[in-house]
Amino acid sequence: MSEFQEKSRVVAVEQLADTFYRLTLSAPQIASSSQPGQFVMAACGPYLDPLLRRPFSVHRRCDTHSIQLLFRVVGRGTELLAAKRPGDVLHLIGPLGRGFDIDDADRVCLVGGGIGIAPLLFLAEELRLSQRTCTVLLGSRTAGELHQLTVEFNALGCEVEVATDDGSAGYHGLVADLLGPCLTGVKRCYACGPTPMMARTAQLCLAGRIPCQVSLEAHMACGLGACLGCTVHGTADRYLHICRQGPVLNAEEVAWNR
Amino acid sequence: MEQMNTAPDMSVSLGPLVLTNPVMTASGTFGYAEEFVSLVPLHELGGVVVKGISVAPRAGNPPPRVVETPCGMLNAIGLENVGVDRFISEKMPFLRTCECRVIVNILGDFIEEYAELAARLTDIPGVDGLEINISCPNVKKGGVAFGTVPEMAAAVTRAVRESTHLPVIVKLSPNVTDIVTMAKVVEDNGAHAISLINTLIGMAIDVRTRRPKLGNIIGGLSGPAIKPVALRMVWQVASAVRVPVIGIGGIGTAEDAVEFLLAGATAVQVGTANFYNPSAVCEILTGIQKYLLEQGEQSVQSIIGTLRLEG
Repeated sequence: MSEFQEKSRVVAVEQLADTFYRLTLSAPQIASSSQPGQFVMAACGPYLDPLLRRPFSVHRRCDTHSIQLLFRVVGRGTELLAAKRPGDVLHLIGPLGRGFDIDDADRVCLVGGGIGIAPLLFLAEELRLSQRTCTVLLGSRTAGELHQLTVEFNALGCEVEVATDDGSAGYHGLVADLLGPCLTGVKRCYACGPTPMMARTAQLCLAGRIPCQVSLEAHMACGLGACLGCTVHGTADRYLHICRQGPVLNAEEVAWNR
Repeated sequence: MEQMNTAPDMSVSLGPLVLTNPVMTASGTFGYAEEFVSLVPLHELGGVVVKGISVAPRAGNPPPRVVETPCGMLNAIGLENVGVDRFISEKMPFLRTCECRVIVNILGDFIEEYAELAARLTDIPGVDGLEINISCPNVKKGGVAFGTVPEMAAAVTRAVRESTHLPVIVKLSPNVTDIVTMAKVVEDNGAHAISLINTLIGMAIDVRTRRPKLGNIIGGLSGPAIKPVALRMVWQVASAVRVPVIGIGGIGTAEDAVEFLLAGATAVQVGTANFYNPSAVCEILTGIQKYLLEQGEQSVQSIIGTLRLEG
């Protein structure tokens, strides 16, 4: 496994919705070695406060030189990121962690909720390169957060359905409600989003005996397996570390009821 | 300014343990070194202090385990580790390849466990020294008491010394009324060197949920926020004991490290900085060398404890 500490340059900053931002970063080492589902640790500010880097999954690999990060502004770290301008430096470490397994499943379903949609665009790009049939279910608070992303998944040749909390686009309700009817014929499922959404997805896939992988998140200090801070409850009564054993895990490895 | 042409001598001695330079990594912040292999030239380090090892493996605390605080972080990992058997069989083979000093941090709930660990690790090739963790605040029994009760600290230090011929460092907890008393007691009972400080016990609350931000409710504060406290304690201890002192606490730059050396530390350990800047250890090393050249000093030893108090 190869990881790099790379001084990236901001190429573009997009505000996709109220609190949804997307950075395009020139980071050749990380871009050329990232797999869908892997993440980077980004040093959001130049000083000691906020102190720790923040983990972001790779949203997209634009080419062999650049990647994109999609994030919601939720605190001081992401506020600093949203204020970046083209030409600014952003220190990254990556690519980190275990990404999505891509097997020979010819028909797959991707389920993304909120900012959890971030790693799925990169995954969809990889899957569509080999002509897999991809159904993409996207959920979010409101239509604005999904508009641009829907366009991009469609452009890859994915079949997209959306759900919104406020009913402003697509189904008025939870994205996981859309999943049941979509699973017919699906050979593999991938999910990233709020824990209840992933738990519901895992449950439906288990019932349908469909392999399911989820991408989890947790607070972490290093992203490297050293701080041991990013634990989630796993089955078999053990803790899993998101940074090294994940962030992508097989759904049955996670103790969803804890 | 006139500069020396030759590189300054960076070597230091922690009692019987000689280091090529005074910059080490602190226990619990550098894993078992293999985690940093692609980011840090490990052979350049003065030493690696590995994640604390207990007799049996420990699963650690429930999440959340870390939370960021102003210029610092709280952790309540709960001493998660692979246990001494797996440490020896799975972690030591890599550590032997690092070409740097390997110090094994040991912890236990009972004095007998510390003695057992010391004996087990004594003849393991590649283990250069032991650091006794009497100060980790996260475990309800044992950890706190050993580090805060002088008689207990004395007994643990003595038991470890009697169980090994390896150099023994005792790592002190700052969560005591009088750090100098603790330092003198471990010195009197055979510590070859004293490292300080471990984390300061702290807490953070999410006001919206009214719940503690850590699964363990309380945890250890580390990072730049604690540096002034650490520096004060290192200065007090270094002024009061004869054995070498290792400064720990919020060190992230060469200037931080030099402060500790001037205050009397013979070496330093870099901790939380490994998380936010894995290059910190190497930057600190080259920064100390640059400082020595600028100051016209021929060795790092010549600046240790040279804090000026008069005039």
